[in-house]
Amino acid sequence: MAVSFDLNGRPVRFDGDPETALLWVIRDHMGLTGTKFGCGAAQCGACTVHLDGATRRSCITQVGDIDGASITTIEGLDGPVAEALRAAWVRLNVPQCGYCQSGQIMSAAALLVEVTSPTDEDINNAMSGNICRCATYVRIRKAIHQAAEAVTK
Amino acid sequence: MTRLTRRSFLGQAAGALTISLVLPSMSRAQELRRLTPAEIKEVAATPNAFLRINADSSVMVICKHIEFGQGTSSGLAALAAEELDADWAQVRVESAPANAQLYANLNMGQQGTGGSSGIANSFYQMRKAGAAARAMLVAAAAEAWGVPAAEITVEKGVIRHPASERSAGFGQFAEAASAQPFPEQPALKEPSQFTLIGTDLQRLDAVAKSSGQTTYSIDVTREGLVHSAILHPPVFGARLTSLDDQAALKIADVLAIHEVPQGIAVIARTRHAALAGVAGLRAEWDHAGAETRSTDEMYRDYARAAQEPGADVETVGRGAQGLDAAVQVIEAEYRFPFLAHAPMEPMGAVADVTPERAEIFMASQLVTRDLTEITKVLGLPPEAITLNIMSAGGSFGRLGTPDAEFAAEVAGIAQAWGKGPVKHLWTRENDLRAGRYRPMSLHRLRGGLDADGNIVGWDQVIAIQSFLDGTAFGGGVRNGIDRSATEGGTGLPYAIANRHVGLHLMRNGVPANFWRSVGSSHNVYVVETFLDLLLAQSKKDPVQARLDLLAEDQSRLRAVLLKVAEMADWQGGVQRGDRALGVAMATCFRSHVAEIAEVSRGPDGLPRVHKVWAAIDCGLAINPDQIRSQIEGGIGFALGAALHDEVTLAEGGVVEQSNFDTYPSLRIHEMPEVEVAIIPSTVDPTGTGEPGVPPLAPAVANAWRALTGTPIQTLPFRRGVRA
Repeated sequence: MAVSFDLNGRPVRFDGDPETALLWVIRDHMGLTGTKFGCGAAQCGACTVHLDGATRRSCITQVGDIDGASITTIEGLDGPVAEALRAAWVRLNVPQCGYCQSGQIMSAAALLVEVTSPTDEDINNAMSGNICRCATYVRIRKAIHQAAEAVTK
Repeated sequence: MTRLTRRSFLGQAAGALTISLVLPSMSRAQELRRLTPAEIKEVAATPNAFLRINADSSVMVICKHIEFGQGTSSGLAALAAEELDADWAQVRVESAPANAQLYANLNMGQQGTGGSSGIANSFYQMRKAGAAARAMLVAAAAEAWGVPAAEITVEKGVIRHPASERSAGFGQFAEAASAQPFPEQPALKEPSQFTLIGTDLQRLDAVAKSSGQTTYSIDVTREGLVHSAILHPPVFGARLTSLDDQAALKIADVLAIHEVPQGIAVIARTRHAALAGVAGLRAEWDHAGAETRSTDEMYRDYARAAQEPGADVETVGRGAQGLDAAVQVIEAEYRFPFLAHAPMEPMGAVADVTPERAEIFMASQLVTRDLTEITKVLGLPPEAITLNIMSAGGSFGRLGTPDAEFAAEVAGIAQAWGKGPVKHLWTRENDLRAGRYRPMSLHRLRGGLDADGNIVGWDQVIAIQSFLDGTAFGGGVRNGIDRSATEGGTGLPYAIANRHVGLHLMRNGVPANFWRSVGSSHNVYVVETFLDLLLAQSKKDPVQARLDLLAEDQSRLRAVLLKVAEMADWQGGVQRGDRALGVAMATCFRSHVAEIAEVSRGPDGLPRVHKVWAAIDCGLAINPDQIRSQIEGGIGFALGAALHDEVTLAEGGVVEQSNFDTYPSLRIHEMPEVEVAIIPSTVDPTGTGEPGVPPLAPAVANAWRALTGTPIQTLPFRRGVRA
């Protein structure tokens, strides 16, 4: 049974094993490699995408469970929040190795849609599921604050 | 290997100026060896190809070091761009391919990245490449415009002849410049003339990495690519005795099962099927000859060994005999666990091997070592192998393995498959259970105080395995002494009259490896916390007492310590309400760092670190923003390990950790505020990737002892804090 869903606003179809993790469908079958594999167990957040606007760990999401859903990856993330986040990320030189940053930005974007001016506590709650082994956390926090300011201004 | 002769080589690629520095011929033995800092400065020694100037005026810098987060590629580009007088916006960077003749780390004598040496060994080389290119562009412009070269200026990517009001971009003269004679020792700028160096530069990879566009090994794809996953032995050194792969082979999309020396690989059309295939394997293993001790048993063996003095690594004055004159002797035993690197990107590569040739995409710190191992596994000559060095999703030492085990695994699997490209990828469980850890160690410390509280004797005995012994880097081990195990414990900056460091190299079947800051990751902790403990016996101020103890020639350490004390407003006292301050410092890979941590007791009973002040002297600051970034990241990396992390083996030798639930990483809510000061300097630059790590854990532990009276001598803190 084929699974159909929207990927970054485009209808797509997957004919393989419905138990396949959404992560591998996005990366290997749809060719969008910005979403990363880090743990396979929803521990690190590198695979974070948006499912109908909310964050979702694609590494433990079976593609068969998302039939009809709308998925957004880092490649399809757009709008004022996304632009403000990306600009702040670049301006502050947030990334080091960069591998986790797609997931970080996806989590941050979901936060800013929900909370326009997040406190440090809000940021801790929204972002503590995303590991950065380079520990770029000081700059991630600052970038989220700056992006929030830019959007609300 | 290409035979190199004395000539000025100019490769041309469609209107582009490709500048290769090719220097007086030397024998290969001479070329491929470690150079001293003085020789590195003179390097006309190794041929290198570092720059390509395109017709559109963009400048492509070819980076001989891996980019795994430390910003080295942007740093090397800045060195070349500075002397080229390029505009930063026209500069790009790409990774050099595997080629030790062209791209050796001058500090290592082979192609590789490590020891925080990227900027340090490239400082003159990259600038000379930029200066040579500039001279050739100027010469071409002078010829075209019929004016003296001396009247031409270059600024922010614009070549200009002010008198005739003519100007041009680099692209306009790229081709003509390639026909100009090549200056072997172009004049370099004085530091006062720098316009890019010393300013906060945008990382060249920031945009791509902030939009999911960087291509890592895991992202490489090829027509006809299949996926490979692996089952490793359940304990280190176990041998496969029987394999039932029938169930795995029946899984849809599983294509083949290959036994390789490292384990059993499943090849499949999809990642999903490859992982299911591994789960379906039924393997029996022979544990005879395997490492079956638990880490508790290993600690018992190490503790027994540490009762004896061990190999004499360093004796100052009367050594341990200095303790005889003490009125008080303090003893301590320190324990440091195996630590995984757990880079965010699990080990992975894409390899396409045919009987005649191989192309491999992987991240590598020890490129020459990996390439050598690949040639051995494949039985192919080096020229038949294309090794593309990819950006890595972190490493922290994991990608620099003296035994090149991952390169061998990938090559073996791709060769066994032999039907096209394979993407071989580890799971996080593979990563945490495959060894190559920071080695565990046990240290026995004795410190003697006289009646006035002066330290009259100091004895450190280290029990640890060597991860260099028996590898291609085994030359680093002499007379039972492996300096990578003792660094940070020897050559102390403190004027302690009688000091001894002994070493027991322990047998251990768990493969170990470099880990960010290497020996300093444990020895600096030992030195800086034990020193604090001794100073506390006589109620001395930890900062003032360190200043008093610092040897005459330690002016740079003195400066970072004074600076960090000023930043943290250290005022003799250590307690601030429910918080305390702790200090520690180290010289690591020739950079000097002091850190002060502000700590309280967290709700979980562990140290809660609120703020860290750091001062670093790494010589001339190339890109100050990236120095701050490395110190911030080094602090977070070190804190996560110190608070939470250990790899332990249960009885029988099975690793007890498997993913980030059992091997936690620091998370954003645990990250302290960080304030970094860089000491102004025009001394040749040294590294920043590792030196921020060693002082952090001891600074936190010293604060914790000030707060609670309890020293922490077993790591991680969650094990070592006795509530």
